[in-house]
Amino acid sequence: MSKKQKQMVIRIVVAFIMLLLILAGEHTGWTDRIQPQMLVGLICLIPYEIIGYDILYKAARNIRNGQIFDENFLMMIATFGAFGVGEYSEAVAVMLFYQVGELFQGYAVGKSRQSISDMMDICPEYANIEEEGVLTQVDPDDVELGTVIVIMPGERIPLDGVVIEGESMIDTAALTGESVPRRVIPGDTIISGCVNGSGTLKVRTTKEFDDSTVARILELVENASAKKAPVENFITRFAKYYTPVVTIGAVILAFVPPIAGALTGVGSFGSLLGIWLYRACTFLVISCPCALVISVPLGFFGGIGAASRIGVLIKGSNYLEAVAEVDTIVFDKTGTLTKGEFKVTEVLPISMSEEKLLEVAALGEGYSTHPIAASIREAYGSALDMERVTNTEEISGHGIHTWIDGKEVYLGNAKLIESLQIPFTKSDRAGTVVYVASEGRFVGTIVIADTVKNGAKEALSAMKRVGVKKTVMLTGDRKEAAVAVAEQLGIDEVHYELLPADKVSKVEQLLETQAEKSKLAFVGDGINDAPVLTRADVGIAMGSMGSDAAIEAADIVLMDDDVRKIASVVGISRKTLGIVKQNIVFALAVKALVLLLGATGYANMWAAVFADVGVSVLAILNSMRTLRVNKK
Amino acid sequence: MKKKFKLQDLDCANCAAKMEEAIKKIDGVNDASVSFMMQKLTIDAADDRFEAIMDEVEKVCAKVEPDTKILR
Repeated sequence: MSKKQKQMVIRIVVAFIMLLLILAGEHTGWTDRIQPQMLVGLICLIPYEIIGYDILYKAARNIRNGQIFDENFLMMIATFGAFGVGEYSEAVAVMLFYQVGELFQGYAVGKSRQSISDMMDICPEYANIEEEGVLTQVDPDDVELGTVIVIMPGERIPLDGVVIEGESMIDTAALTGESVPRRVIPGDTIISGCVNGSGTLKVRTTKEFDDSTVARILELVENASAKKAPVENFITRFAKYYTPVVTIGAVILAFVPPIAGALTGVGSFGSLLGIWLYRACTFLVISCPCALVISVPLGFFGGIGAASRIGVLIKGSNYLEAVAEVDTIVFDKTGTLTKGEFKVTEVLPISMSEEKLLEVAALGEGYSTHPIAASIREAYGSALDMERVTNTEEISGHGIHTWIDGKEVYLGNAKLIESLQIPFTKSDRAGTVVYVASEGRFVGTIVIADTVKNGAKEALSAMKRVGVKKTVMLTGDRKEAAVAVAEQLGIDEVHYELLPADKVSKVEQLLETQAEKSKLAFVGDGINDAPVLTRADVGIAMGSMGSDAAIEAADIVLMDDDVRKIASVVGISRKTLGIVKQNIVFALAVKALVLLLGATGYANMWAAVFADVGVSVLAILNSMRTLRVNKK
Repeated sequence: MKKKFKLQDLDCANCAAKMEEAIKKIDGVNDASVSFMMQKLTIDAADDRFEAIMDEVEKVCAKVEPDTKILR
């Protein structure tokens, strides 16, 4: 609690005790004996002043500044009105209740802001630089690119870099939500914001602080609240009209019925004015839209905070709202659903052992830098004796022609073997197929394919469970490879052999067939994806593997590349929107009800204060629920 | 030029919205946002008159909510 809030508590306690005494006096009839009654009003002014002087001061000051319709002014008018009609103790009580509500509201907002910023507490305070054997702490902002920094056990990693000395386990939970620590050895890259485990690391920085992961994440999250969701904009517009309308309503309520009553002879103008003035005052108390103005952005902010806790960055409330309506998710294949690493998945020899075929292929591809060649060599595993290989030549677009142990060997695609007029059986396997021919005979095939990511299948079924209707996969890959992955994962629609530009037009086609209110999300790892990410309603990019351009273009970033998180984000988004809608409906319903009851004389000012600050506090507490995440 | 400022004692969300609107109307301000949650003002304004614009911003904010201070 701040100093200001503590002072307020004292004022509330003092005013409350005085109010209790006055109420006791009224109850026993003791105050009735005070003559004239005006004196009671004067006595009541003491606790009123104690509890409400700052409201009166602010109201006066704001009128001078031309801010008429603010809550201080409305409270002042409402309580003055109560004094005017002789409800002295009620005026004090209303002001007191209002201040209690304000205090609680300020406290709740402060607390939730605190818990959100705690969650965002990934900003490193210092970096250690070793100079002549002495460690000095410097501001991460001042560390130049390529400097060697020392990270002690338990410290937060201040800048992105490459480990050059030491081994450790690092805790990436703050960034990715992943609870299992990651092991790092020299040569590994580490990202800022993570916490170092038990080993001391020496790291050469690869980025300046402003470009480092932690600075970029903080920037994204801080700017997120600037991009407002349609619901938020609606509330802002609503708030602008709500207060003046209710205030004008109050003025009409105060004067029209008494005038009408006096003209029709129902009663005297004076006596009617007393009743209707009181009712108008209840109107004024309810006229502040605070419950909505605070709780709606707070709800979105909490939702974004909750998502960041599981390692998902959402760049704005508008995207958080859009995710709830996603019913079509389009995936890029390589790097998103598959690992983007090529591995030998099958070795199919015809007349020799598998090892022998792999050895021939590895030797043949021994000089090649092609990724396919690398994966064959990796599958072979043992060291290669390249002296056995002579006269290797690459046949562009086809494969390799070489001599191994004096035998003529061809390695390559189907076109190569066809051109040699060697009889062979064409493979129907998914992936890239390398055909091997030795001494004019077809000896077997090696299949190289990208492997599906762990959890990709669960991710897709989880998405279906949360209400995604259609999943689509786009890839530049061959038909067989694409269809195999799609079948394995249970994807509804697949488009293959696409050029990067085709992906954009495919997404545009899908957008056109999209139902009015539903949204389309595109998930990509970022290589060539930036235009599609921008074009989709919601662009989701991979954070750790994706390119910087993709992260810039995306609306949502998955920090640990785990596609399973998409379903969780949809869940968070639905929950957040649910809470926001509950608050809007609840606040508007209570206010409308109390306005109605107030106008007909059934609700007193106490009910009005509840409809104002009480509802506000309840809505804030409800909004805080968005912060909570179910880890599983 | 885009700059961020911390706001002290900004304790009413409605005021934040009013401030944002008032700041946006100042001549030379391209864009501005007042974040109640982060207690921050982000402003994008003409380079050459930035200081003068900030003085103006301070004035309009004081009109909306005199308790709030912009930490420059």
